[in-house]
Amino acid sequence: MRAADLTRRSYDARAAPVIALLRRDLALAVRAGGGFGLGLAFFLIVVVLVPFGVGPEAEVLTRIAPGILWVAALLAALLSLDRIFALDFEDGSLPLLATSPLPLEGVALVKGIAHWITTGLPLTLAAPALGFLLNLAPSAYLWLLLSLALGTPALSMIGTFGAALTVGLRRGGLLMSLLVLPLYVPTLIFGAEAVRRGAEGLDPSTSLLMLAGITLGSFALLPFAASLALRVNLR
Amino acid sequence: MELTVSDLSVARGGVPVLSGLSFDLKAGQALVLRGANGIGKTTLLRTLAGLQPALSGSVDFPEDAGAYASHADGIKTQLTVTENLAFWADVHGADLPDSVFKTFDLEDLRTRLAGTLSAGQKRRVGLARLGVIGRKVLFLDEPTVSLDAFSVKMFASWLRDEHLGQGGIAVIATHIDLGLDLPELELEPFKAAADAGGGSDEAFL
Repeated sequence: MRAADLTRRSYDARAAPVIALLRRDLALAVRAGGGFGLGLAFFLIVVVLVPFGVGPEAEVLTRIAPGILWVAALLAALLSLDRIFALDFEDGSLPLLATSPLPLEGVALVKGIAHWITTGLPLTLAAPALGFLLNLAPSAYLWLLLSLALGTPALSMIGTFGAALTVGLRRGGLLMSLLVLPLYVPTLIFGAEAVRRGAEGLDPSTSLLMLAGITLGSFALLPFAASLALRVNLR
Repeated sequence: MELTVSDLSVARGGVPVLSGLSFDLKAGQALVLRGANGIGKTTLLRTLAGLQPALSGSVDFPEDAGAYASHADGIKTQLTVTENLAFWADVHGADLPDSVFKTFDLEDLRTRLAGTLSAGQKRRVGLARLGVIGRKVLFLDEPTVSLDAFSVKMFASWLRDEHLGQGGIAVIATHIDLGLDLPELELEPFKAAADAGGGSDEAFL
């Protein structure tokens, strides 16, 4: 009992900095604006614009809906990536975090999670309503929700890595988009494929498993890559 | 608690700026770095703090004891003074002592958003961070920038009584006199020769 108590306490002591950073980033996203609202509004606008571009035929929209929803989600996630490290770099928090007990790998992981909570999660929850606007097949709603829930964390983590690579660069946002978008391709392919198969009444589980694999893989590896990139950029 | 620097050479952007530095600080000792602008005080402090690698030589101090502070305070303008300090306390696994608000004259500013503070007040919050995180080896880069004479005195007495007096160590780059009678190190003799080592690919390694 006592030993368990002690382990518990030392675990809490190690988790405290992680939770503190996550809470600060979420508080900043809420107070500074542009966190929750901006990505979601962008997602909405893109999806609403598509019928104006391709015409209002319901059949066409039904067919392209999975792809449009996934591409729009991807662009919305991209929108706020350059803020992940740039703000902390400008005000000098990043070198202070680098010399704190929290390892930079942990910082990168927390930043990825905070980005997902502020963009990926609201996008996932709003997607079914926007699927309705695009006349998405009824059988696809569940798979849309599931594929976004499984895939958007990967978008955030890959984006965190891209942000770490370009932090400190003037106008690094555009360069980051060029670096990150190609890395989003596998997530996009399997995400849209899962929804498409769901819409056609086929079994989408292979695509969903691949999505889950990409997400787990990026969370396992990219924090280390991001922290290396941060160390180089902090010099 | 001891800071040992032996035969240290530091570089900025691949160009060596200082070489052959050696010094030794024991608990309770501080060192003030002197030298003209651009001599490499910031580079040296960043290297000591481990933010950039040394060209050669070594820096030794107990792990997880060092803290770096520059003119960029890491203060979040959308958070209040208390929230800012509480964040750094949590990250360092320390408690936020009430006395720190008194020491750095922040009593009346506790609930103010940091974005509404003046430059000097912000600086005081940045310095209060050092009182919160409880690190023993401080690397301070121009800690008194934008502070008025009263605040400089306040910071100096904190440094003397609550940091050095409690067995802390400090390396400070400053152009003004803190009034503490600390030993000084003139960096001019350690200026590196323009072609002394350092590869052009340093930035990529």
